Amino acid sequence: MLELNAINSFYGKAHVLNDLSFAAERGQVVALLGRNGAGKTTTMKSIMQLVRPKTGTVTFQGHNITGLASHKVAKMGLGYVPEERRIFTDLTVLENLEVGRQPPREGTVTWTQDMLFDLFPNLAERRDNRGKALSGGEQQMLTIARTLMGNPSFVLLDEPSEGIAPVIVEQMVRVIQQLKADGLTVLLSEQNLHFARAVADTTVIIESGSQKFTGTLDELNAHPEIRDAYLSV
Amino acid sequence: MGLFIAQVLTGLANAGALFMVASGLSLIFGVTRIVNFAHGSFYMLGAYIGYTLMQVLPGAVGFWGAILLAGLAVGVLGVLVEVLVLRPVYRAPELFQLVATFGVILVIQDLALLIWGPEDLLGPRAPGLRGVVRIMGEPIPKYDIALLVITPFVALGLWYLITKTRVGVLVRAATQDREMVGALGVNQAWLFTGVFALGTALAGLGGALQLPKGGADLMMDFNILTAVFVVVVIGGMGSLPGAYLAAVIISVLNVFGVTYLPQSTLVLMFVVMVLVLMIRPYGLFGREEVAGEHGQVGEPERPFKPAGLQVRLLVGAGVATLAAMPLYASTFSQVLATDILIFCLFAASLHFMLGLGGLVSFGHAAFFGGGAYVAALMVTHADSPMELAFILAPIGAGLAALIIGWVCLRLTGVYFAMLTLAFAQLIWSLVFQWGDVTGGDDGLVGIWPAEWLKETTVFFYFALTLSVGGIIALRHVAHSPFGYALRAARDSARQAEATGINTKRVQLLAFGLAGTMAGLAGGLFVFSKGSVFPNELEIARSFDALIVVFLGGVKTLAGGVAGGAFFKGVEDILVRFEYWRLALGLLIIVVVILAPDGIVGSLRKAAERVGLLKRGEDTT
Ligand SMILES: Nc1ncnc2c1ncn2[C@@H]1O[C@H](COP(=O)(O)OP(=O)(O)O)[C@@H](O)[C@H]1O
Ligand SMILES: [Mg+2]
Repeated sequence: MLELNAINSFYGKAHVLNDLSFAAERGQVVALLGRNGAGKTTTMKSIMQLVRPKTGTVTFQGHNITGLASHKVAKMGLGYVPEERRIFTDLTVLENLEVGRQPPREGTVTWTQDMLFDLFPNLAERRDNRGKALSGGEQQMLTIARTLMGNPSFVLLDEPSEGIAPVIVEQMVRVIQQLKADGLTVLLSEQNLHFARAVADTTVIIESGSQKFTGTLDELNAHPEIRDAYLSV
Repeated sequence: MGLFIAQVLTGLANAGALFMVASGLSLIFGVTRIVNFAHGSFYMLGAYIGYTLMQVLPGAVGFWGAILLAGLAVGVLGVLVEVLVLRPVYRAPELFQLVATFGVILVIQDLALLIWGPEDLLGPRAPGLRGVVRIMGEPIPKYDIALLVITPFVALGLWYLITKTRVGVLVRAATQDREMVGALGVNQAWLFTGVFALGTALAGLGGALQLPKGGADLMMDFNILTAVFVVVVIGGMGSLPGAYLAAVIISVLNVFGVTYLPQSTLVLMFVVMVLVLMIRPYGLFGREEVAGEHGQVGEPERPFKPAGLQVRLLVGAGVATLAAMPLYASTFSQVLATDILIFCLFAASLHFMLGLGGLVSFGHAAFFGGGAYVAALMVTHADSPMELAFILAPIGAGLAALIIGWVCLRLTGVYFAMLTLAFAQLIWSLVFQWGDVTGGDDGLVGIWPAEWLKETTVFFYFALTLSVGGIIALRHVAHSPFGYALRAARDSARQAEATGINTKRVQLLAFGLAGTMAGLAGGLFVFSKGSVFPNELEIARSFDALIVVFLGGVKTLAGGVAGGAFFKGVEDILVRFEYWRLALGLLIIVVVILAPDGIVGSLRKAAERVGLLKRGEDTT
C-alpha cells in the first residue's frame, strides 16, 4: 500500500534520513520505532511531502507521490497526525473537524462528526470549546478525529502516546484497534514498545536516520538485544 | 450637542472605506503573511474604475451597480497580481514579497495616470442622496447616512463569511497554521488566491464607495495606506472587530481633530496609536505574533566573513576610480555620483539593522529626512554655521532613533515594522503640518554648505569620504563582537539571552547606529541640494531604501551598497521617461521573481555554479 524506497532527506545541509526503505501492507499496523531524534518525524513528513526527500521514492497505492504537494498527498487518502498535534487553538472542536473534512472516498469509512464523537466521547462534550481550552489528551483525540474527517485509507500517527495520561493511552489503543478492524492501514511512531506492542504487526527500527531492523513483532521479541540497543525503556 | 452628534456620525460614515480597506489588508496578511503594501493601490483602482462605470451606467441602479462592479473588478485584478507576481515568490525569504508589492504600487500608479490622466476626478453624487438631513439642527449629507447604514452590513457579511462558513473556517485555520491546513488536503494556493481576491475586492469597494465624498486622485494609494496601517495595528492584525472599532475611533477622532486642532489631525492618529500600543502591544483585539510559528525551513544563514584580500583590492580599486572622477568626468556626473553615494550610505544603514539585526523597519526615512531637517532647521532658525548644523544631523537622528527604537522594540515582526512606519509618518506629519517652523509643504530652502565646500568637486570628495567612511564603519561594527551579538539576537533571541547578551539593548543600539548613519546621509543630502522638503520623510522614501536592500540582497553585506548604486543609477535613467514608474515597477517585479537572493546573492550563486568562487565564501 505504501512503500518507501531508499529515501534521503535533509534539513538544509543536515542529512537526516539515510536510504530508508520499508513498506506497509493494507490493513497492517506498522510501528516505526527509535529514540528521540532518530528521524521518525522526518520520515512521516517525508511521506506527506512536508519535507521533500532529495533522493528515493515514496509510492502510495501504486502511485509515485514523491515531490507532490502535501494537499494532493492528503487527497489521495493519507492522513497525518503530527506529533505536536497542531490543532487550531482559536477554532472550536467542531471547526477543527470541519478543516479536516473531505468528500467520501471509495473503499474507506466515511466518517461523520457523530461517529467521531462516539469514538471519542470526551470530545462530544467539548464540541463548542476552542482548541486552546482542551487538555493534552483531548487535543490528541481531536488531532486524530480531525484527520479521520478526511476519510483516509492510511493514517500516520506520530507518537500518539506522548505526554498523555495512561487512561487515555488505553483509549488510544482501543481506537487504533478499531481503525485496524475497519480496514485502515496505520504507520505509528513510538520511542518504545509499550504502546506499539498492543497494536503493531510489524516494526521498523531506526537510529540516526538509518534503518537498524525490520521485522514482525515476534521477530523483534526474539532479539531483545536489538530492542535494548535502539529503543528507550 | 447637535454638533457633537453630527461629528460622530460623520466620523462613522468616514470609517466605512477605512474599515473595508483595513479588513482586506488584515485578512490577506493573516493567511499569506504578506503585508500587501499595494493595498492602497487597489483602493485607488476601485475609485477610478467606479468613476468610469458611473459615467456609463445610468441612474441609481447604475450608481450602486458601479460600486459593486468596481469591487468585483478590483478583486479580479487582485487575483491577477496574486497569480502573476506573488505566487512565484511565496517560497522566497520572508518579507521579500514586500518588494514585489512595491513594484505593483509603481505599476498601478502609472497605469492609473495613463488611463485616467493626472487631474483629480470629482466623484459623482449619489442619485437620490444629494441633499442633507438635519439632525438636531446640524446638516448631515444624506450620503453619509447611507454609508453609515451600509458599512455595518458589509462588516456583518464579512463576519458571517469568516465565522460561519467553511471558507471562513479554512481562512482562520490557515491564519494559524497554513502548512497543517495543506496537510489536511486543502489546496493552499486556492486559499491564498481566494483571500487575495476578497481582500482586494474589499479595498476596491471602499474606494468606489467614497467616490461621492472624496473623488479619485493619484495620491489616494499612499494617503490611505498610513491610516490603514494605523487601523490594523490599533485593532490587532487579523481581527475584523478590531479593524472596525479602530476605523471608527480613527475616523471620529479625525473629524473632531479637523474642528478643534486643525494643525494636528495627522499627528493625533499616531498619538492614539502609540497610546494603544503602550497598553496593548498587539492591538485591541490582536494576539501575540509567535516567531517561527509559520516558519518555513529555508537554507541556513551563511556566516558573514570579513573580506578577503582579493575583495579588499577590488573595493579599493572601485573607490580609487570614484576618487579620480573629477579627472575624467563632468560636474554633472559628480553630482550624480554624490547622490548615489549618499543614497548608498542611507541604504547601508538600513541594511545594517535589517540584514544583521533582522529588524525590518518600514520607516527608515524618518532618520534620513530627520537628519536633513535637523541641519536645515539649525541653519534657518539658529543661523548656525554649516559645520555645526551638519554635525547635529547624525546626532539628532541618532537620538531620535534611540527614542523611537526604544518604543518600537517592545514589539517584534510585523508589528515592529508597522510601528516604525507609524513613527516615520508621525514625524512627516509634524513637519508637514507645522508650517511656521518647518515651512510645511514648501520645505526649507537656501541651506548651502560652507564657503570651503561650495565647489561641486570639493563637496563630492566630502560626500565620498563620509559615505565610504560610514559604510566601512558599519562593516567594521558588523564584524565586531557587537555585530555577532546582533546576529545572535536575530537568529535566536533566547539562546543569545542565555549566553548573557542583552538582546533588546543590542538591538536598540543597532537601531540607534542605523539612525545615526541615515542622519549623516540626510545631512549630506540637504547640503548637496540646498533644500529639503517633506517628501524626504515620506513612506515612499522608506520604501526606496527597503527596495534597495532587498534587491541588493539581504544576506550579503554588500547588498545595501550594490542595491543603492543599481537603484539610483537605473532611476536616474528611467526618470527621464514619462512612465518611469511603470518601467521601474516592472523591473522590480522581474528582479524579485528571477533573482530572489538579490543582485549580490544571485551573482554569487551564479559564480559558485561556474566555479569562480568557493561555496560559502563571502565576496563582500
Ligand atoms: N526543522 C529542523 N531543522 C533542522 N534539523 C531538524 C529539524 N527537525 C528535526 N531536525 C533534526 O533531525 C533529526 C531527526 O529529527 P526527528 O525526525 O524529529 O526525530 P524523531 O521524530 O525521531 O525524534 C534530529 O537530529 C533533529 O535534531
Ligand atoms: Mg518526532
